Amino acid sequence: MDSEQIVKLNEVWVAYEGLVVLEGVNLSVYQNDFLGIMGPNGGGKTTLLKLILGLVHPRTGEIKVFDTTPEKARKFVGYVPQHSRFDFDFPVSVEEVVLMGRYRHSGLFRKYDAKDREITQNALKTVGMWELGRRQIGKLSRGQQQRVLLARALVSEPRLLILDEPTSSVDARMQTGFYELLGELKHKMAIILVSHDVGAVSVHVDKIACLNRKLFYHNSREVTPEELMETYQCPVEMIAHGVPHRVLKTHEDEQ
Amino acid sequence: MTELLQFDFMRNALVAGILASVVCGIIGPYVVVNRIVFISGGISHASFGGIGLGYLLGINPIWGAVFFSLASAFSIGGVSRWTSLRQDTAIGIMWAIGMALGVVFVGLSPGYAPDLFSYLFGNILTVPFTDVVAMMILAAIIILVVSVLYKEFLAFSFDEEFAVVAGVPVNKLYFLLLGLIALTVVVLIRIVGIILVIALLTIPAAISARFTHNLKKMMILSVLLGMVFTFCGLFLSAVLNLASGATIILVAGTAFLLSLSLKAEQVQSKKT
Repeated sequence: MDSEQIVKLNEVWVAYEGLVVLEGVNLSVYQNDFLGIMGPNGGGKTTLLKLILGLVHPRTGEIKVFDTTPEKARKFVGYVPQHSRFDFDFPVSVEEVVLMGRYRHSGLFRKYDAKDREITQNALKTVGMWELGRRQIGKLSRGQQQRVLLARALVSEPRLLILDEPTSSVDARMQTGFYELLGELKHKMAIILVSHDVGAVSVHVDKIACLNRKLFYHNSREVTPEELMETYQCPVEMIAHGVPHRVLKTHEDEQ
Repeated sequence: MTELLQFDFMRNALVAGILASVVCGIIGPYVVVNRIVFISGGISHASFGGIGLGYLLGINPIWGAVFFSLASAFSIGGVSRWTSLRQDTAIGIMWAIGMALGVVFVGLSPGYAPDLFSYLFGNILTVPFTDVVAMMILAAIIILVVSVLYKEFLAFSFDEEFAVVAGVPVNKLYFLLLGLIALTVVVLIRIVGIILVIALLTIPAAISARFTHNLKKMMILSVLLGMVFTFCGLFLSAVLNLASGATIILVAGTAFLLSLSLKAEQVQSKKT
């Protein structure tokens, strides 16, 4: 079961109002994968995630998640959206936010029950935010908010966890802690995360893909300098991010 | 005899004020946190078409307003969900067309439209008993729906995209919320009038938001504030001989300004 294929994209094209965002993307993700997808802003990373979540539909090509349509597969998927989208002034507590992840198990017209609350408490313990359950979500630091959003994805007991720029607004220390947490979770579920922060991603994930309209992926950590060049277009930017050094080092390790 | 009449319309005014405060207090926070204040403004102005239609057909204008406000709510919702037309453009169009239809319908109706002014600016003292009954029915619907779907509305309002993935029927909820706003507008028309409705929807909720970070508490506080504003406004308008709807809004507006100064230090700390 470990190597079961859970996401399959076959020659997928996505375009918004004539602008091509994803170009002939092929991707296979397996049940034990911890995959990092990196690429520049506007390279289609979020679109790729939304495709897997069934929030965006391909122009052409085929996508299967857990052997069915992305919409039907949502019950197996936990989603941690981009932090910057939120209105953190919203009148809602940490616990209420995490409970939202239990919606599918609770259902229409029903109140969250004791089991939902217990699972919520456990998820908050897992991410280390248990004592802050009663706080308003906006009163937390960004790193803490990110952990709460992770807990909200975990309470649905997903088999695939999807994270969109999970550490983009988090300081370095919190970032490391967050990736350590994902490192523990990867034994229980597949993880796909996207980030423009090449340094952070390449250190922590097991497999790396590069995305800039086209996807470069060899089902491994291996990324060639040529592919990085093509992904990021601009070598200056690569050096600024410290990319070639880190990724090439990994490359050599594996050889 | 006059004393009895006095008692009657005062009783109607009090009940109407309480009903208006309850629905405002429940729906207002949703309007504020979802940032759809101007959808609400569009719905309320468009409902004037229904008031005019009521006069023209010789039925209670309230039911015309129910029809028009629901129709405009669903049109604005449909346009913003399923077309590429900008939402504020759709709001502006519905807003003006509804008002224009109202003016034309009133012009076509035979005779003189007696309390037209009270639909525009509200007059809590002239609310007839039949309208109080209509308000009770609408308020009951609003309370029932929100109490049954509280967790759905919370998930939808906080993070719609996640709600979709979590299996919440967000499109249905969106239209349901717009429908509830439409009914709320109708309940409020008699109290503060079409033009002043958005103030009573937003001010109590905006003040409450400064003092609590829990949506339920925000609703309870908004209901209480709504009652205070309505009754203070009613009292002041009687004493000073001013229009009741406008006085209620000015009381609410003054309270909002006071609440700003009361918690000014918190606002500053938020900005840093």
